[in-house]
Order: sequence, then structure tokens, then C-alpha cells
Amino acid sequence: MSGGARLENANPLIFQRTGERLQTANDEDEDVADPIDDREIFDILSVSINDPEHPLSLEELNVVEQVRVRVNDQENTVGVEFTPTIPHCSMATLIGLSIKVKLLRSLPERFKIDVHITPGTHASEDAVNKQLADKERVAAALENSQLLEVVNQCLISNARTG
Amino acid sequence: MAADSALLLGLVEEFVLGQQDRKAVDTATGKLKAGQFTILQLVEALGLHLTSSQPQTRGRGVQLLSNVLQECYGDLTEREVEVLIVFYENRLKDHYVITPHVIQGLKALTKCSVLPPGSAVSILKSLFQDIHVQSLMLAERSCVYNILIQLMESRESELKGLGADFVFGFVQSVDGERDPRNLLLAFHIARKIVHEGYDLGKFTEELFEVTSCYFPIDFSPPANDPHGITQEELVLALRVVLTGTPRFAEFLLPLIIEKLDSDVQSAKLDSLQTLTACASVYEQKDLAQFLPGLWASLRREVFQTASERVESAGLAAVGTLTACLSRSVLNSDSEDSLNVFLELVLKDCQHHLCEPDLKLVWPSAKLLQATSTASYRASHRVAAAVLPSLIEQYNSRTQCAQRRTLLEVLQGFVHPVTSSEEGKYESVLLDFRQSLCSIVFSALSESNADLQITSMRVLTALGQQTDLLSSPQSDVELAVDHLTRLILEEGDPKVSLAVVECAGSLARLHPAAFISKMVPRLKEEIFSGGLRSKAVRQRCVAALAAVSSRPSLVQESTPVLLQVLTSAHTGTGAFSLEEVISVCHSLQKIAEQAQDTEETGGVFHDVIPRLLGLALQAALQGSSGHCSPILEETVLSAMVPIISTTCARLQLAGQTASRAVSLFLDGDVSFLPENAFPAQIQLLKAGDSRSQSQMVCLLMGCVCWLPRTVEVPQMDRLLLELLELSCTCDHPLSYTSAAKCYAGLVNKSPAGEALDSLIDRTLKRISTELDSASSPVRTQAFTLLLWVSKALLLRYHPLSTALTDKLFSLLSDPELGWLAADGFSLLMSDSPDVLNRGSHADVRMMYRQRFFTENSAKLVEGFNAAVQEKKSGYLKALSHIVNNLPRQVQLTELPALLPLLLEALLCPDQGVQVSTLSCLQPVLLDPPSALITQLEVLVGRTLALTTSPTMKVRIASLRCIHALSRFPEHEIMPFRARVLRALAAPLDDHKRVVRSEAAVARNEW
Repeated sequence: MSGGARLENANPLIFQRTGERLQTANDEDEDVADPIDDREIFDILSVSINDPEHPLSLEELNVVEQVRVRVNDQENTVGVEFTPTIPHCSMATLIGLSIKVKLLRSLPERFKIDVHITPGTHASEDAVNKQLADKERVAAALENSQLLEVVNQCLISNARTG
Repeated sequence: MAADSALLLGLVEEFVLGQQDRKAVDTATGKLKAGQFTILQLVEALGLHLTSSQPQTRGRGVQLLSNVLQECYGDLTEREVEVLIVFYENRLKDHYVITPHVIQGLKALTKCSVLPPGSAVSILKSLFQDIHVQSLMLAERSCVYNILIQLMESRESELKGLGADFVFGFVQSVDGERDPRNLLLAFHIARKIVHEGYDLGKFTEELFEVTSCYFPIDFSPPANDPHGITQEELVLALRVVLTGTPRFAEFLLPLIIEKLDSDVQSAKLDSLQTLTACASVYEQKDLAQFLPGLWASLRREVFQTASERVESAGLAAVGTLTACLSRSVLNSDSEDSLNVFLELVLKDCQHHLCEPDLKLVWPSAKLLQATSTASYRASHRVAAAVLPSLIEQYNSRTQCAQRRTLLEVLQGFVHPVTSSEEGKYESVLLDFRQSLCSIVFSALSESNADLQITSMRVLTALGQQTDLLSSPQSDVELAVDHLTRLILEEGDPKVSLAVVECAGSLARLHPAAFISKMVPRLKEEIFSGGLRSKAVRQRCVAALAAVSSRPSLVQESTPVLLQVLTSAHTGTGAFSLEEVISVCHSLQKIAEQAQDTEETGGVFHDVIPRLLGLALQAALQGSSGHCSPILEETVLSAMVPIISTTCARLQLAGQTASRAVSLFLDGDVSFLPENAFPAQIQLLKAGDSRSQSQMVCLLMGCVCWLPRTVEVPQMDRLLLELLELSCTCDHPLSYTSAAKCYAGLVNKSPAGEALDSLIDRTLKRISTELDSASSPVRTQAFTLLLWVSKALLLRYHPLSTALTDKLFSLLSDPELGWLAADGFSLLMSDSPDVLNRGSHADVRMMYRQRFFTENSAKLVEGFNAAVQEKKSGYLKALSHIVNNLPRQVQLTELPALLPLLLEALLCPDQGVQVSTLSCLQPVLLDPPSALITQLEVLVGRTLALTTSPTMKVRIASLRCIHALSRFPEHEIMPFRARVLRALAAPLDDHKRVVRSEAAVARNEW
């Protein structure tokens, strides 16, 4: 990160973190079933994925927002839209892939996971969306040990605190 | 004499031929020390060999001489030393085989206290001249350095006479050194050269080059390194050399700038720390020309950093640089480099402050704050440049988030000024006082919670500055009004927490304003009746407790709280049970934070009788029907800590205690207020109503917390009554409190026969009750047993084993087995209300470990002997004991206990499962090798528990699995697929808390 390497976006906008989810009495109660909701997915994403460029979480960079997460617990679908910080961000695919991997690892198998870019926020939106939606390509990307390492780095660096 | 010389010749012969080694040296040394011959005679005896034509033979000869010298350098005369030195200096020119022995001998000679003047110089000269140090072996090089160190210590002035030649010689001999052990020595010499004023002459740059080529040090010691040299040691040793003198500045600063560009984190960190160290030695003229370069690197590090350590090191460097620049005296002709530097900083940072949404606001603010903390002049300059624009921006921005950021930045600027040379100058912020205050007050009246919280932090910071808030009293009063309003109106728990904190810290500085403004208002609110909600009153009570840090405030606030209790008792105010309890907590908090002064002491010795009086009134009424909240067990237990905190500290505690004792023993009510009690009260009699007997817990709070110097009056009678009560009463709170009180007193009573016989009697009493299976008071007896054993265990009393053995035997008791198992948790943990350090109890160090090592074998034995149904009791006891042990002990004891703990995982009792898992989890974070062999079983059993019906068990087992993921990779690899499959199930758990733990664990795997 140091030395001459220029960052694509050196001074990004920073957004405030939302606080911890409040623990309610229901959470402690054995008999109440908590459905999986938007906030839970959002927590999974915001806490533990780092932007590859900055030591900041996706939430702080406003890449992921709670309003752009859609969950349907009954129909077993999860949809996430993410917003790259700048329209030409070359990391968009990597970020998308990280989100996808994170969700794959953190959610029950019954869910169908759909990750795509917020419409109108990236130059090559369609291409990235297509890549992320293609099961074969995602699987192939995860076979690639180098790529997997980069993704794991995005995911792991924060896991210490989380 | 002739025999001696013959013997000597024989010895020499044997040694040189290689037949004898150590023995010859030892004999020669012994004889020499005994005065049977002199060193010169030894040289004569060696004569032939020293002049032999074979270098090996000469080498052996010199070796013998050197070895002998090493043993007896202290016995030589000056004349002998002189001769020997001349001899050795000549030998240096000899064959290379001999050189190591020569150096050894010289090293021994330099240790002589009778070294003739001038010889140090000549030794060094011939050393530097005749040997090339770096072509020697490791040990000889170290020998040379040791000679240098030795001479520098003993003959400093002579070496300084050598002038720059000495430095040159040193540079030559060190150049190219690679071994870390020798480097440490070399750095030590260099440090001495630099710090003790040796003449560097024209070799400054050479000396710098020869040391700085190691900077930044990258050294990873080999595994199981026997020398124990760490990178840290080397780094520090080198840093001291490099930063030792300003004469290195022109070389060092460019080097630092260069190394800051490095990609290696540790190199960056080292460079920054070195910069910080040298900036505290250098003066501005050394730094001046490098400022732009340094600033550029530092700015980059702070703006684009990836690690917090680099950032904070960078900020520290900026701070010391500024401090250094402001320290130096200005010449009239040179420009002020502080100004130049600050210009640079401001130019790069100031404009970022105008963009409160962007990332660089924070690094810029931190940089500016670092400079302004460094010195008064710098803070003046920075404040003048930055504050107006910040204030203006705050007033022009409307978004809460932006305003909050700005306010937080402002807070950062208010803080550092506090630490800078307080009192010498008027505060830098004085000019901005008005506008700062108005910003804070306007933010306080905003509706955004975060903004309010931040503004209260700024307010606290402002309050810390002596002349900022207090100069016109009106500002303080305005602040207090704002705080009061917030207490009354804001429901957000985070805000009220911040208010209470802020009020607490301001009240310490400005008690008068709080007395006149806040306390009356809060009092009014508390007693205003049902108009306001309960929550408001709760907040008022909490705030009252928080502000009561000064005696004057305590005097105002405690009567209010006591009045609440009274009116709750009489039923006039509509106070709920929780409110009464929170009032008690507040009183306790006041007692804790009150400084131990006469004034507060007086207040609290008023409080205790009133509390006792209230409780007694309630108890007496309780028997006649009317029910006061003070009768509730929870309220009474909340009252105990008030009394105990007070009694543990105040000087008047003894008096209070004796009054309390006479109240409980004799029914002496004369010291209680509102003296309207019947004369015949017997509080310690079990037969009376439970409402009276339970008051014994108040007595416990009083007598068990007394400092050990204070004697409890009527001790014997008191103990007797307590024993009776604890064994006969059937009300849980009463008999438990009595047992605790008894135990607390036993713990503090002086050792001796009286105590021993007392314990004997107690044990007999307990045993009779416990042994008769039909006794109605077995539980009571057990409780007493438990507490008394704890009391004795804590003080290492020899009789404690008798009691704990009794407890162990109870583990197989059909009725009390479970209770006994749980009792071990009580035995091993700290109890909050009695028998802890705060109550001045006699608590020895490491009693837990001691108990564990003495008894773990018994436990395992008992477990093996017990029938199947009883085993779980033992497991439970074990897991309680192990859980409370310090981690270090857990780790060492684990291998022995592992089978038992794994067994416990199979135990159907969920309490045992949870406590075993929570005991395993920290151990798993740093796994001992014993665990790895059991991995298969461990993984299997914990995975099985992830589907347990109890939420707690599921969470604990998932945490364990998470911890397992940090085991060495090759060990856990075989389990990966299995664990991932098994973790899919808890991912779909119906409880969210479980799901999140599962997600964390699964991601790690």
C-alpha cells in the first residue's frame, strides 16, 4: 500500500457505522424462533468484509447498505446489491465475489444467493453482474487457489476483531 | 624450590605435548595463587616452548600461559603485567595459529587493576595494527570487543588521548561483523563512543556508516536459540547509537526518509521510532533542511496507513519533531523553522478539515492535534489557524453527521491543550471560549443523540481546563441547566449514560453550581408524584449518585435518597420495588466514590443508623400485617453493600459496628433515629418471625467488612448466637447470611487454640446434623459447612482439610450431592458480599491452586469409585474447580484431567456441559500438545453438542469449534469436511445468536 503505489480512490467518502444490533429479550428466549432478516445478512456482510484498497469495512464505504439487502426466509432467497465507491472501480468483481463467498459460507444451503451491482453505479455493470451470476464461473474462480487467497484476505483480516 | 621448578617443568611438558589440559592449568594456577612460584617463573619454564620453531608448540605454550592468566590476573604485580604486555604485543605479529591464544591472554591482562599507564594505548595500537579482526573466528572477535569495552571502562582518559585514531580502529575492526552476539557488543562500544564524548574527528561519517548499515534491523532468531537475543534487543541497541549525537543528523535523517519508503512494516515502524528518539536529542538546526522530506513521508504514512501501530508511531514522531523545533532558541538571522514546519502541516491538512464526510478528515485532524499537543507555541499557531474555520463550518453545516464529525475534531483540539504546560500561559482556547461554549450549548439542544453525546464530551473536556468554563459563573450554570434538562427529557440510554458521566466529571470541579441548580431540581422531580414516568425518576437517582463526589454534594444528595427510602417504607410515595433497589445501588455508589474525609464520614454514620432503623421498623410492622418494600429480600441484599462499603473504610467504623452488635445481641435501640421501638427485640433468635431474623444480613455487612485492626465487641457471644441461628432457622436468607457472617468472623479471628477449639465445636455440630439422615436442618448444616470451609481455605488454616474432606464425602450423598457439587463453585470463586479482599478478609495468594493440587487426586479417585449415577456430581465439581483456576495452571494440569473433561462432555447434565465447554474454550485458543492427540474425540463430542436442545450449550460448543480452527493446519485438515458439513445445521438454527456463532465458526474453518 505504501511507496509509489497510487490508490484508485485515495480519499473516499466515509459513512457512519450503524451500531450493534440491540439484543432483545426474544433473543434470549429458547422458544422463540428468530427469522433470518435483512439486518442479519447485513451484519454478516458489514462486519467482516474489507475493501481490498482501504482498511475500512464495506459498511463504512457505503458499498453495502441495509436497504439494498433483501431476504425472503420462506422462499429461501437472498438478494444483495452493492455500490462500488467509484464507477470505474476495478475491484468491483472481487468485492462481489467476496460477498458471495461470505454468504455461501454463512447461510444455510437452502438459500439461493443473488449478488449484483446497484443499477447505474458502475461502468461495466452488466459484465460484472453476469460474472457474478454465473455459477460455473464462481465455482471456477474458487478453484483458483490464488484468487481464493485474495478473497480470503478480504474476509479474514477483520475476523480477528469479529 | 628445586622440586617446585621440576614439577613446573613437568606440567608444562605435559600440557604442551597435549597429554594434560585442564589439570595442568588448574595445578599451575593453584600453585601460583599459593605463592609457590611467580608468573615469570612459569614463563621461564615455558621458555623453550615459546621459542620453538613449531608454531603449534608455540601456540600451546601461549595457550597455557593465557589460561593461567585468565584465572589469576588479579594477583599480578605492575612490573609483571608490563613484561607480559610487551611479550603479548610481540606475539600478535606471530603466526596466525597463535593469535587466538594471544588475544585471550590480552583480554585477561586488560582486566588487571594494576595495568601500567600507557599500556592501554599500546595494546590497542598493536591490536589495530597487527590483526584484521573480521578474519578471526567468532569467539576471538568477541574477545577483541570485550578488550575494548574493558579498556573503555577502566582507562577512559587514556583512550580519549588516542583521539580519532581510536574511532578509526574501532570502525575498521567492526566493519563487516555479522553475528548478533558480537553486534550487541559492537553497538555497546559505539554507544559509549557516542555518548561519552570520544573525539570522532573526521571519522563521524565512517562510524555512522559502519553502524547504520544494519538499520533497520531484520533479525529472526533461529528456533530454540540458546543465546536468547531478540530483534528487539538489537533494535534498541542500535537506536541508542544512531540517535546518540546530533552529529549524525545529516546522515541519519536522509536514511530514515529512505527507509520510510520501505514496504516492510517493521522497517517503517523502526524508522518512525528512531525518528521520534532522535528528535528528542536534536536541535532545530540539525532538522531544518530535512523538514520537507520528513513531512512528506510522515504525511504519507499517516494518510495511507494500513496499520494502527504505524499511524500512532507516525503521530508520535510528528509530535516530537514539533516539540524539538519549538524548544530551540532562535537566532535573529535564521528563520523560525517551527513556523516553516507548521506551515507545511497546515497547508496539507487544513483543507481536509473542510470535508467532514471524507476519509482524510481524521488523519489530518490527528496530525494537527499531534503538533498542537507538542508545545504551547505550536498549539497557539494551530489553534489560531484551525479553530475559526472549524467553528464557522459547524455553524454553516446543517447535516447532523457532518456536525458531529466537526465536533469530534474540535474535541480533539480541546483535549491536548490541557496537557501542555498548564498554568504557565493562559489557555490558547481563551479567545474561542465564547464561540466554543455556544456551539456546545447549541449542540446540546439538538435532538440528535450522537450529537448530544459528542457535545457532552467536548463539554467535559472544556470543563477540565481551569479557566475556560469557570470564569463567568453563568456558563457553568448554563451547562448544568442543560444537563439537568437532558436528564429529565432524554430517554435514549446512550445519552443518559453520557449525561451522567459528564455531570460526574463536572461536579468534581464545580460542586457549587450542581448544589444550587441540579440537586434541588432533581429532588423536586423525584417527589413530584406519578406525573412523570418511572424511567425519569430512575435517571434522576442515577444522576444524583454520579454527581456526589465532593463532600458538599454528598451532604446534599444522600438525604434526598434516604427520604425516598423512608417514603417508600411508609407508602406515601408511589415507589416501586425496582426504584427502591436502584436507590440503594445509588447510595452504594456514593459510598464507593466518596473520599474518606471527616465530612463524608459523618454523613454516612448518619446513614447507617437510619437504614438499620428503617429495616427494623419494617421488620416489626411486617409481623403485624402491613408490608413494606424494605422487607423484600432483594432490597435488603441491596442495602448490605452500602453498609459494607462504608464499614470497610471509614474511621468511625468501629463505633458503628459496636452499636450494630449491641442492637442485634441486646436489642439496644438507643442510637437509632425516631426512637419508637419496643424494648424487647431479639433479632438473632430463630423462633421469631423471619422478617426479623433476615436482618442478620445487615449485621454481616457491618461486622464482616471491618478493617482487621478494628475489634468486634462481644465476639464469643456473637459467634454463639450466629451458629445457633444458622443451624436452626428455616428461612434461607437468614441461615445463609448467618453462616456467611459466622464464616467472615472466623476468617478474621486470630489463629490459636481458641480458634481451633471453636472450629472443632462447629464441625461436631455440623457433623451431628449431617449424619442423621432424618435431620430437618441438613441443608442448613451444609451451608454452614460450605462457608466455614471457604473461610478456612482462604487463610490456609490447617483444619480446612477436615472440612473440605467432609464436602467431598457429601458428593455421593443422595440428597445433598448436587448441592455439594455446586458448592465447589462457591468455594473457588470470589463472593461479592463477604470473604473477599475488599472486606479485609484473610485471603492468601493462590489458594485455588493449592486447593486444586491437594485435592484433584481425591476427586479423580472418588469419580472412579462412584457408581454410575453419582459420577456426574464429581464431574460437575471438577468442572467448577477447573473453571476457576488461572489459565496457567489449567494448561499445566490439563493433560491429567483431559480424559475426565472429555467424559464430562458426554454427561447428560447441561450445566456440566456448559461449564466444561467454557473451561475448554480458552485452553483451545493455545492448544497444548496433549489436546492434539485427543482431537478426534474432542471434535466428535463438541460437534454432537451443537445440536443440543439448550441454546447455551449450542453457543458454547460452537465457540469451541471456532477455537479449534486455530489448531495447526495439518492436524485439523482431516476434519475439515466433516466440521463444515456439521456446521451447516446450526447455520439454520432458529435462534439468531446461535446462527451468528455458527457463521463465525464456519467462516474460520
